[in-house]
Amino acid sequence: MSQLDRRQFLAGAAATAAAAVVAAPAVHAQKSGGTLRFVAQADLKILDPVWTTAYITRNHAYLVYDTLFGTDEKLNVRPQMVDKHSVSKDGMKYSFTLRDGLKWHDGQPVVAEDCVESLKRWMKKDRFGRLLAAHGPKLAPADRRTFTLELGERFGPVLEALGKPSSNVPFMMPARIAATSADEQIKEIVGSGPFRFVKDDWQPGNQVVYVKHGDYVPRNEAPSGSAGGKKVNLDKVVWRYMPDAATASAALAAGEIDWWELPPIDFIAKIEQTPALATFLPDTLGTQGWLRPNHLHPPFNNKKARQALVAMMNQETYLQAAIGVPKYYRTCASVFACGGPYASPTGAEGLARQNLERARQLVKESGYDGRPITVVHITDISFLNAAALVTRELLTAAGFNVDLKAMDWSTGLAVRAKKDPPDKGGWNVLHTWWMAADVMHPAVHFGVSGAGAGAWFGWPEIPRLEQLITDFVRAGDAPRRKALAAEVQKVALDEVAYVPWGEWTQPTAHRKSVTGILKFIAPLFWNVSTA
Amino acid sequence: MLAEILRRLVATIPVMVVVALAVFALLHVTPGDPAVIIAGDYATSDDIARIRTRLGLDQPFTTQVGLWLGRVVRGDLGTSIFSGLPVSTLIGQRAATTAWLTLFAMLISVGVGVPVGVVAAWRRGSWVDRVVMMFAVSGFSMPTFWLGFILVYIFAITAGWLPVQGYQPLATGLWPFLSHLLLPAITLSVVYMALIARMTRASMLGVLAEDYIRTAFAKGLAPRGVLIRHALKNASLPVVTIIGIGFALLIGGAVVTESVFALPGLGRLTVDAIVRRDYPVIQGVLLVVSGVYVLINLAVDVLYVVLDPRIRY
Repeated sequence: MSQLDRRQFLAGAAATAAAAVVAAPAVHAQKSGGTLRFVAQADLKILDPVWTTAYITRNHAYLVYDTLFGTDEKLNVRPQMVDKHSVSKDGMKYSFTLRDGLKWHDGQPVVAEDCVESLKRWMKKDRFGRLLAAHGPKLAPADRRTFTLELGERFGPVLEALGKPSSNVPFMMPARIAATSADEQIKEIVGSGPFRFVKDDWQPGNQVVYVKHGDYVPRNEAPSGSAGGKKVNLDKVVWRYMPDAATASAALAAGEIDWWELPPIDFIAKIEQTPALATFLPDTLGTQGWLRPNHLHPPFNNKKARQALVAMMNQETYLQAAIGVPKYYRTCASVFACGGPYASPTGAEGLARQNLERARQLVKESGYDGRPITVVHITDISFLNAAALVTRELLTAAGFNVDLKAMDWSTGLAVRAKKDPPDKGGWNVLHTWWMAADVMHPAVHFGVSGAGAGAWFGWPEIPRLEQLITDFVRAGDAPRRKALAAEVQKVALDEVAYVPWGEWTQPTAHRKSVTGILKFIAPLFWNVSTA
Repeated sequence: MLAEILRRLVATIPVMVVVALAVFALLHVTPGDPAVIIAGDYATSDDIARIRTRLGLDQPFTTQVGLWLGRVVRGDLGTSIFSGLPVSTLIGQRAATTAWLTLFAMLISVGVGVPVGVVAAWRRGSWVDRVVMMFAVSGFSMPTFWLGFILVYIFAITAGWLPVQGYQPLATGLWPFLSHLLLPAITLSVVYMALIARMTRASMLGVLAEDYIRTAFAKGLAPRGVLIRHALKNASLPVVTIIGIGFALLIGGAVVTESVFALPGLGRLTVDAIVRRDYPVIQGVLLVVSGVYVLINLAVDVLYVVLDPRIRY
């Protein structure tokens, strides 16, 4: 590209601006006191973390709500609101006792019934929760601080489900609020987390304000991920929404904000050259890109045509085009997050090495009739835009005719839900992404569901996968689960439920006066201080 | 005159109804579905259908229009599908920012554009005229986001005189309020400043060629008096029209400026709502903005009469 486009200009202007601030450090003195000013990744519009899976709502909920169990940096599940818990010898009955002194933001004590109602609502929405619900759990309060969970059928990862770190997280709410239908958004935002949401100061599209929950009693352990002691050092946290990256960059450099959650990768180098600023990688597991075929319509209702997608895959090409900076991406020949406990090479040999000749052969064997492949081309999210363009090239090289359908993300969401044939508004191939925490194992990973109409968009019907996932959650020990996860991967890649196109990480940027940021998949505000 | 104003106010009602229907119809033929956005990644087709039913999106178009218009007549603009907040509250949170930004931008545009246009016409063909015309062409040509970042670089980053972004209400103090508005208002005003300067110059050139202006000069009147009292007043009708249109365009066109300076205004509210297909918010904002347009046009028509008593309605 010979011309300077807007994005390049803005990046340059912001970088120059940042450099200018360094040259004149007295321009805006840092003066945050007990308030931390944070630029969030998106606009917080929905406040109910059970009603939506949006990451921004999950992140908001980590301030306001608490969880029974947390996940530490090393992905271990540890008690959070729970003081002690026990499991019967046959693994069918669990008992949980809450910590003493837990209070809701309205001053009422947290009681067992609140947790029972919260879990019931969560089990209606979340994938892991629904799997648990399918095993006939009976939840009941035993006394004010204790409740029990009795399984109808064996379900191994109960604690992993209750401590699940990503959407939908089983956040605890007062029983009267948790009684809201899972299809309705809650009206009242009352949690027992370390911060209180200030509804009157909430301006969707502009700012969200949280203040310290004075009655919060942190655990005594050191904080780690969403587990451990949630000791709050800040009086107030103000989230700002800044749609323009160059504005956020200039505001960070000028000291008008303290922490910028998701700076674009092309801003990072300049931020790192600015003495007053620092970057930090809070989630080393990162994000996984997907290429998803639609199993309902030709040609990808044919297994050989789908296998051609694996044979044509070249993750390095996708990552170069979509992410660009090698430091922040890695190829990963596994459907489960590389770096996670279930990553495996089993059945992924074809994914690890591109073989266009084999792809062309598979296309021929599939009986592909030359009809155009409709690729959903999201143009307003840069890495999805790049991924679609790479896919077009590779599909063409494999022998497919390609029709890129350009649209914005919101239109793409509507299109992907359509089961109609591609020539009637449906689609053949789309691209999306998930955080590693959401592709960690078969119970949370939507891409390996073979539930047909009940599966994620693309609707693969692969009964063997469903059986393996059920076996996985019923398995009692870790080695057995690991073996089952490897088998899930083998079947998922053989049937081509989807094709991963690599993984990448996303640094966060902050002023050096901000300290104590914890490693986790979401920004956490306890343990954080600002000078 | 009062009767005419009342008649025009009443005449705005059918205009608003047509606007409302057009907006509603346009939104419903636009691709996208808020139910799908709300449903998220884990939703099945049944989940999406349930949400559509709850939002009333499965109702026939005429039923949806009827229900919405019924609520609007009762003063209820509806509720955001996503945040659950009343649309009137969302507009209330944003209206002041956009109103102040528009007002400041227009004050700067008129305050600079009119005198510059008058001087350029008076000194037609001179270096002053050429500089003014060059400024006008530059003003038209500069992209708003580019100018915004240049101003931020000079005045906020390098000089440190003004903040980079954000809005502070007047209640927080006069200087915080003004300092946060100054750069966005200048950014937004430049193109209208150029437009008004060109329009004033063109209109003044026509008037300055009139016999009565020559007579006024021949009588020995001072140039300032001739230019302002005799020429500008008669040349002002097209300028007033442009100012009226400019107000309307500024209200709707501030979105880039609001994004560059992270201002919580109506422009960004509308764009955010469009991106998410938050129908009640889009409909509510467009209806309110349309009403403001109609009122501005009415004000312009009234000003015509004040400026030129020969005009009768």
